[in-house]
Amino acid sequence: MDLVLQLLFTGIGIGAVYALVALGFVLIFRATNVVNFAQGEFSMVAAYLMVVFAVDLGWPYWLSFLIALGGMALLGVIFNLGVYYPLRHRSFLPVIIATIGASILLANSVLAIYGPQPQVLQGWFETPGIQLGPVYLDSQYLLIIAVTIALVIFNYWFFEHTLLGKKLQATSQDKEMASLLGISVSTMIMITFIYSAVLGGLAGILVAPVLFVSIQMGSTIALKAFAATIIGGFGDVAGAIIGGLALGVIETFGAAYISVPYKDGFAFLVLIAFLVFRPQGIFGERVAEKA
Amino acid sequence: MAAPAPVIRSKPLIVRHLPYFVAAAILVALAAGMQFDGYVLNILMQATTFSIAVFGLSVVLGLCGQINLAQAAFFGFGAYAVGLGTADLHMSYWLCLLAGCLAALVAGAFLGMSTLRLGGHYLAMVTISFQQIVTLVMINAIWLTHGPDGVSNIGRPALFSTSQGYLAFCVAVLAIVGYIVWHLPDTKLGRAMRAVRDNELAAGVNGIDVFRTKIYAFGICAVLGGLAGGLFAGGFAYISPDQFSFADSIVFLTMSLLGGVASPIGSAIGTGLLILIPEWLRFLKSVPGLYLAIYGLFVILIIRFMPDGIWGFVANIFERWRAKTQAPAAVKPLLLKPAMVGGDIVLEVRGLSKHFGGLKAVDGVDIAVRRGGVHALIGPNGSGKTTTLNVLSGLYKATSGSIMLDGTDITNMPPHQRTAAGLGRTFQNIRLFRSMTALENVEIGAERRGNTMVGQGGDAALTERAMEALTFVGLGHRANELITSFSYGHQRLIEIARALAGNPTLLLLDEPAAGLNSTEKLELHELLKRIAAQGLTILIIDHDMTLVSEAAQHITVLNFGRRIADGESMAVLRHPDVVSAYLGSE
Repeated sequence: MDLVLQLLFTGIGIGAVYALVALGFVLIFRATNVVNFAQGEFSMVAAYLMVVFAVDLGWPYWLSFLIALGGMALLGVIFNLGVYYPLRHRSFLPVIIATIGASILLANSVLAIYGPQPQVLQGWFETPGIQLGPVYLDSQYLLIIAVTIALVIFNYWFFEHTLLGKKLQATSQDKEMASLLGISVSTMIMITFIYSAVLGGLAGILVAPVLFVSIQMGSTIALKAFAATIIGGFGDVAGAIIGGLALGVIETFGAAYISVPYKDGFAFLVLIAFLVFRPQGIFGERVAEKA
Repeated sequence: MAAPAPVIRSKPLIVRHLPYFVAAAILVALAAGMQFDGYVLNILMQATTFSIAVFGLSVVLGLCGQINLAQAAFFGFGAYAVGLGTADLHMSYWLCLLAGCLAALVAGAFLGMSTLRLGGHYLAMVTISFQQIVTLVMINAIWLTHGPDGVSNIGRPALFSTSQGYLAFCVAVLAIVGYIVWHLPDTKLGRAMRAVRDNELAAGVNGIDVFRTKIYAFGICAVLGGLAGGLFAGGFAYISPDQFSFADSIVFLTMSLLGGVASPIGSAIGTGLLILIPEWLRFLKSVPGLYLAIYGLFVILIIRFMPDGIWGFVANIFERWRAKTQAPAAVKPLLLKPAMVGGDIVLEVRGLSKHFGGLKAVDGVDIAVRRGGVHALIGPNGSGKTTTLNVLSGLYKATSGSIMLDGTDITNMPPHQRTAAGLGRTFQNIRLFRSMTALENVEIGAERRGNTMVGQGGDAALTERAMEALTFVGLGHRANELITSFSYGHQRLIEIARALAGNPTLLLLDEPAAGLNSTEKLELHELLKRIAAQGLTILIIDHDMTLVSEAAQHITVLNFGRRIADGESMAVLRHPDVVSAYLGSE
């Protein structure tokens, strides 16, 4: 029983990271109808930025953190201008392929610069964690969970209660009408990319001390996050978060009770099961494009 | 039956394609006879086998518009089947190669069946996931795959035991596969794939089983991957998991995009270039990741600036420079012989409802369309007309109620089966296959399963039927032009011709007059009269009251999803409820 609680805690912690990246997926998907396959690389790049500033240069953690997030915002701008924006009037296939190309480019550029050796980034807190009864609460996992909860609340407030959030929603629902109402669609899409790059980066920085900082971390996280969005119901914010948490828990238990080397395979099996039996996901988002 | 008008096919197939086979034979002979050193031999072997795998991508991505990011995994299936089979189990090479192709096919079909009903991004992610799983298994299932050590001492067939002989064999396979892939677009299956790529909805209502077509494309791609992998394993005698990773799937994708995704020639060019360039730029490989980073950049740049790839770019220039193919000669007038199975009522709709959550878009509607007449379905905006039409043609599933077409219950059929049962339709917002010519569009309509007007459905008969339909709407002389060169009004006519070519029992026209100017509307009216004169039953939705009142004998009026009037045209239009629905009550 103790082990179950411990695994549950770890699973929710890792699931929170998937949820954050999944949130980035969903935001871009709703704004542009495009799935950004480089979303996971945002996390990877941010983690490496932390390694550069906090480890290699030895700057304060908080300063490195701010610089890394700033870097992610910049990357969001470049990504939008370089990859999405020139293709915005093309069908979805070229855009998907371009984002895959971008993902390869980002991952392997970092590989070329930093080499294949995984890097280590220590956590935010000095204290490793606290013992609560039978369960050991790792401080980094606690931080991840807290930040995810805060971001979900922020996200809700931002999209439902601010003018900018409403404009973003309007853009994602009907670009032409939004532009007729005087909303600058290209600005809104730019903001979406910046926001989701920062979200992805945040997830990467949070998870880096738990995993290693490696080239593969981006694609691994992205895969799980995508599975999470399908499990939750594609395009649904709440679904992405629930799906992410569920996947984290399933995977942690699978690794503990079934097989460690195949840990990354469980997400895929769950994904296939959902696609076959309930493609609309838990929250029943409509998946097929209609007339 | 008179000989069909020749379009492009002037000489028998064998004669026209002879040069290809002669060239292929020369290549095979060169591969067998020339003395290569080991380095050149390896490069040629790699290029040959990789090309076959990339052909697979040109089918699934270029022809059918579906993505596959796991081609290296399918390649690995074939390679491991041959590797493990010949090295560990000492089985016949041929048997192993066959097993590898089958394994790839089964895996591909399974992936396709679970995912291809959904949007393209699902397929992208699922194939990436699949690729990762396969790599995991290759590395960790040591008892089966030898893990990271890989498989060595892989056998070859006795007949091709020398490296040169084996290379010649691979080149021969390449030539045969290339021939098949090259000609696939002109076959029925190939046309269906292109239709699915251009417009899935229209493909469905024109009788194409969209889901099955995609699975075929995906299956063909997987098999070619498996075949290529099997050949590869025999060629190099050693394989290891790192040759079949996600990075290699990306390399395959880049090869396909660079050369031109729509054609096997492009695939071969792309493959050759991307095998040779890294050899010339060996220094790039000294920094890990650098050359893949450049591939990633390439992908973005190609998509942005050269979406058709190198070969597409060249072919476009060639196309412009070549004289236009002239339209085929005059043809017989179009005959419409709608089937007559059921009784006097061709379409009987009972209690039809379609609810979207709480919104009752269509609510308990009855419609009875008489054989041989023009029946109009009208109503103010938002009254549920187009929803009704979408439920009739199967794009939406009815919440309740039944639909009988000429004695067949079609209520629960998918769109392509309704089309086979005799339904033809056009769309309010025109849905043609935009990368095809007018003739090819109409040919797809003529291919409707159950079309009795095209005999056995051979190519010549289809072309003839399509020409008749195009001539019927007055566009026969422009048959070989691309859809994009036609005006809006003419595109509408092509869509009608596409439906007519299939010789439907009932023709559904969704606002055919929308967006037409007054001359075009008159022409449309004439066309409807000519169609009706041949006894084809028409169900038309339109806002144009002049058109509706003149063309239709019978009118059904909807408002807020319910039927408010039904009967003979003039009486219905004077009905007080109809007047108040359109003009508002006092």
